[in-house]
Amino acid sequence: MTAFLERLLGRVPIGWLQLSHNRMRLVAAVAGVAFANLLVLMQLGFFGALIGSVRFPYDQFNADLLISASDMNTLTDGSPLPRQRMFEALAVPGVAGATPLYFAKLDWKQPDGTIRTLDVFGVDPAARAFRNPEINARLADLSMSDIALIDRKTRNAPKGLFASIDAGQAYTFETKGRTLKVIGTFGVGGGFSADGELVVSDQTFFKLFPNRMAGAPNLVLVRLEPGAQPTRVLAGLRALLPDYDSAVRTVEEAVWRDQKFQTTQRPVGIVFGFGVIIGILVGLIIVYQVLSTDVADHMREYATFKAIGYPQRFFMSIIFEEAFILAVLGFIPGFLISLLLYFVVSKAISLPLAMTVPRALGVLGGTIIMCSISGAIATRKLARANPADLF
Amino acid sequence: MAAHPIVTGGLCHWFGEGEARKQALFDIDLEIEAGKLTVLVGASGSGKTTLLTLIGCLRRVQTGSVRLLGTELAGAEEGLLIACRRRLGFIFQAHNLHDSLTAMQNVRMGLDVHGRAAAENWQEAARHILTLLGLEDRLEYLPGNLSGGQKQRVAIARALVGNPDIVFADEPTAALDKASAMNAVDLLKRLGAERGTTTLMVTHDSKILDRADRIITMDDGRITGDSG
Ligand SMILES: Nc1ncnc2c1ncn2[C@@H]1O[C@H](COP(=O)(O)OP(=O)(O)OP(=O)(O)O)[C@@H](O)[C@H]1O
Ligand SMILES: [Mg+2]
Repeated sequence: MTAFLERLLGRVPIGWLQLSHNRMRLVAAVAGVAFANLLVLMQLGFFGALIGSVRFPYDQFNADLLISASDMNTLTDGSPLPRQRMFEALAVPGVAGATPLYFAKLDWKQPDGTIRTLDVFGVDPAARAFRNPEINARLADLSMSDIALIDRKTRNAPKGLFASIDAGQAYTFETKGRTLKVIGTFGVGGGFSADGELVVSDQTFFKLFPNRMAGAPNLVLVRLEPGAQPTRVLAGLRALLPDYDSAVRTVEEAVWRDQKFQTTQRPVGIVFGFGVIIGILVGLIIVYQVLSTDVADHMREYATFKAIGYPQRFFMSIIFEEAFILAVLGFIPGFLISLLLYFVVSKAISLPLAMTVPRALGVLGGTIIMCSISGAIATRKLARANPADLF
Repeated sequence: MAAHPIVTGGLCHWFGEGEARKQALFDIDLEIEAGKLTVLVGASGSGKTTLLTLIGCLRRVQTGSVRLLGTELAGAEEGLLIACRRRLGFIFQAHNLHDSLTAMQNVRMGLDVHGRAAAENWQEAARHILTLLGLEDRLEYLPGNLSGGQKQRVAIARALVGNPDIVFADEPTAALDKASAMNAVDLLKRLGAERGTTTLMVTHDSKILDRADRIITMDDGRITGDSG
């Protein structure tokens, strides 16, 4: 290590020698940086997983473009739009088909009296609104009244329920004065707004929600003809449909808008942002503490170096060397432990936490910058003093 | 350069602010010749260290003038002071070695300051000077494993390894036994004769006073005696 750093720096690696001379302090500092890294990586992991999961329901739609009310921000808000827009859209060249999608929220009462919220999607069983083969296989069954399919990744559902449904044991429950019969499951997961999803036919949907009308869906799923230019069709639809009541987007655009809204306008985004800031502060304070004690302990030696003729940037380079070593040594355990926790947490809650290269590099880079700032503050005292006053 | 390496004129110095402001040096006019061992003596608090640190660019000059190796230090920029310090060697009362660096590495610090070219053969240079000071079998020791006298000799090696034009030494021999102290003084005198290295030393050691080329006496911030 010493020889490597000596070659790298072209001088005696004083920072490293100083740090490794005091083992206890080094261990404490590295543990502190690792802890801060762990905190930040976990927050980013949760955040990334939640934001990533926004995409899951969109990915189910058998659609190239989405038409929604112009005030829609996320999948499950926004007003209904006139179904007339769908018929207008069908006339645009390049559009192969379109189908309406209705949604609402439903309380699902548990045996213990607690309530889960489900996002209910009502679709025409004759149209292929979804890509998910598990849903498509049961479309014929859905066309009967009060039949439903449930997302088996729904959070906090009774143990073994989905397994027994999959085994052919239909599950019935009372809601809105009706008895719904759940005959199958599919896997989507994720989402902020509800615990899970329920798919029903449009007819069942209107019975559950009598104030909703077939003429006012929440979304129109548009499929394009093979070989049609999505941008051209999009432009055509935008030109045709009045933008006071409808907005046309590609699925990607809609996902992006939804994610942006969730990150910036909803408490989740703000809470996780706060967690990241706390992690950075913890790291900053620990590293500053370590580096400033280290500078104070070596004031005589630094003063001697200053007297010999070393410039301020020499001391900065020692401190940056220390900061860099602490950042890297702390990052390694912090990163490894968070990988392990990502794995454990992904199992525990049905949200896949995935480490990404940009996130890991970003946190490492951030740690180095954070450590360097702490170091720069720690050497300020040294900059102005007369060497003679430092002995 | 015919001029003396150290010339001061009307040099005064104050410590403290406002009420507590106290003058430590009064109108010091001094010329010190090249290649000589000059010793400063005087009672405690007479201003010896203050004078040494002013001439040695370790304190900013307040009033009066200090010309060091032809450079005026009064009002000099930090960059100029740094350049001047590199031509000097300092030996302090306390050794001030870096406790994480070996004897060799500590000595190397006196060379590295002159840039990569100067430090290229640092091992040879450091070993040579440490051997001259009788430390050839302590090269890779950390200061924590050296005696007080050995540490002080490493500090002397660090000051001399860069071939300074002037050596400043503030009671350097306090921690040394008689033989080592004499050895160090001989080394300084030899450097004076061979390379013209000037030495300005504060000491009360009578053995060293016997060998000094010139003795300057200070009292209460003033020069009161000069054997030169
Ligand atoms: N940093 C300082 N702040 C305030 N006063 C100081 C400072 N350094 C020295 N003095 C004062 O300046 C005067 C001269 O001190 P100096 O250290 O130069 O004396 P000295 O001759 O080196 O003494 P000694 O033999 O004890 O080392 C003393 O009165 C001392 O109290
Ligand atoms: Mg003194």
